Amino acid sequence: MSPRLRPGQVDFDDLTVDDISRHFGRRRAVSHITFRVPRGIVLGLLGPNGAGKSTLLAMLATLLRPSGGRIRYGAYDAADQGAALRGAIGVLGHDLFLYPELTALENLEFFAALYGVDAPRNAAALALEQAGLADRALDLVSSFSRGMRQRVALERALIHRPRLLLLDEPFTGLDDASAAALAARFALLKQAGTIVVVATHDLDLAEGMFDHAVFLREGRMLDMIDRPSALRSTYRDVMTRRTTDVGAGFSRLNQ
Amino acid sequence: MFARVVWLVLRKDLTVEVRSLEIAYTTLFFAVSCVLVFAFALVREGRAPEDGAAGILWIAIAFAGTLALGRAFERERQSETLRALLLAPAARPAIYVGKLLGIVSLLLACEVVLVPLVALLFQAPLFAQPVWLAIVLLAGTIGFAAVGTLFAAMLVRARTRDVLLPVLLYPITVPVIIAGVRATSTLLQPELDLAGIRFWLALLGCFDVVFVTLALWTFEPLMTD
Repeated sequence: MSPRLRPGQVDFDDLTVDDISRHFGRRRAVSHITFRVPRGIVLGLLGPNGAGKSTLLAMLATLLRPSGGRIRYGAYDAADQGAALRGAIGVLGHDLFLYPELTALENLEFFAALYGVDAPRNAAALALEQAGLADRALDLVSSFSRGMRQRVALERALIHRPRLLLLDEPFTGLDDASAAALAARFALLKQAGTIVVVATHDLDLAEGMFDHAVFLREGRMLDMIDRPSALRSTYRDVMTRRTTDVGAGFSRLNQ
Repeated sequence: MFARVVWLVLRKDLTVEVRSLEIAYTTLFFAVSCVLVFAFALVREGRAPEDGAAGILWIAIAFAGTLALGRAFERERQSETLRALLLAPAARPAIYVGKLLGIVSLLLACEVVLVPLVALLFQAPLFAQPVWLAIVLLAGTIGFAAVGTLFAAMLVRARTRDVLLPVLLYPITVPVIIAGVRATSTLLQPELDLAGIRFWLALLGCFDVVFVTLALWTFEPLMTD
């Protein structure tokens, strides 16, 4: 399932976050974050509540403008290529972006059509098969469990085959089998060259999924670790580090 | 692509509404209650005040419209689906126009019930000029909903949105409501005053053009951040 370009859509090979900050009034939600993610990489954003993960994802999704710094999608930036760039980004938010009064099939068909996917009804039916929900295609989303909604929402985020996939707490409501299916899906997306950015608290389920992990606290980036293992203990170590210790190892983030 | 997105958003909104009938029932109930209260207060011994019908009709439309606008965007807020619409690679003004047409359709459906009710309770010859009345109602509804859709979308994440929407909306739409009332009053005169109707309709048309243009121009920047 490689990203497929539609007319007017742009494509890119990497995502570069260059010293971005975002302030809400006097509150700094995100402060001087820098990293680069090439194609086929799964990046984890890890941190406690209020660390700035969701704000960072909103900026990557072009929903929020950074107060400082810039985000580059290959050679493009959001200010120049708004709509075309949004067509290459898929977002699964903490809220699921689904209409409860519509059926699963209608929801996916609507978003497929909105993203300009060819034959949106067929694409929606295929996506529901992928989610293991083909037999519930004609049921209203309001009748689904949280886990089932989460699976439909993931298919909604992927239905236009985005180059960049942004996921905020994707494991919420998923049972072990569904979480394992999500991990397998990440592997397929990596093979297809998709850049996947995942913000999560669920370190046990995320174990082994990330190629890189960015650790955030109070809007600041504490560290970025390649191929993190023993995620929970690594997280504890990084989070207990004093702010003055932070900085070592940052130079490689720009490489 | 613009027209396609407008149609997709409109069809989605109408499908959701037909399935739940939530906005239709609440706005209609509210508008009919409003007209009944005025009828009990103003109609004495079977005689309604002269020219009262036009004002009461437009007050009911404005109140029902505010309720419909609030509920239509509350629906988009509950699952953050407005964000999903804004994330799509569609022209954001097209999303605005789709939402606007959905609100206008709902209000016109409400007016189909309101007009005969007002005509009956206030003994007003509202059906004497049905074509002109339809044009006046359409023009006034578009003007009111154009501003209302923009404000309701802007306020969707504000905690005080239910209070702020009428506070912001009514002062700006007063010219539309006044023009609508005067155009409808002109239609209720025994002699058809074509010049008067044309004047008020031209004014309504100007408001529509200005409000829709401003909304199309400002929707994208207002919704980014």
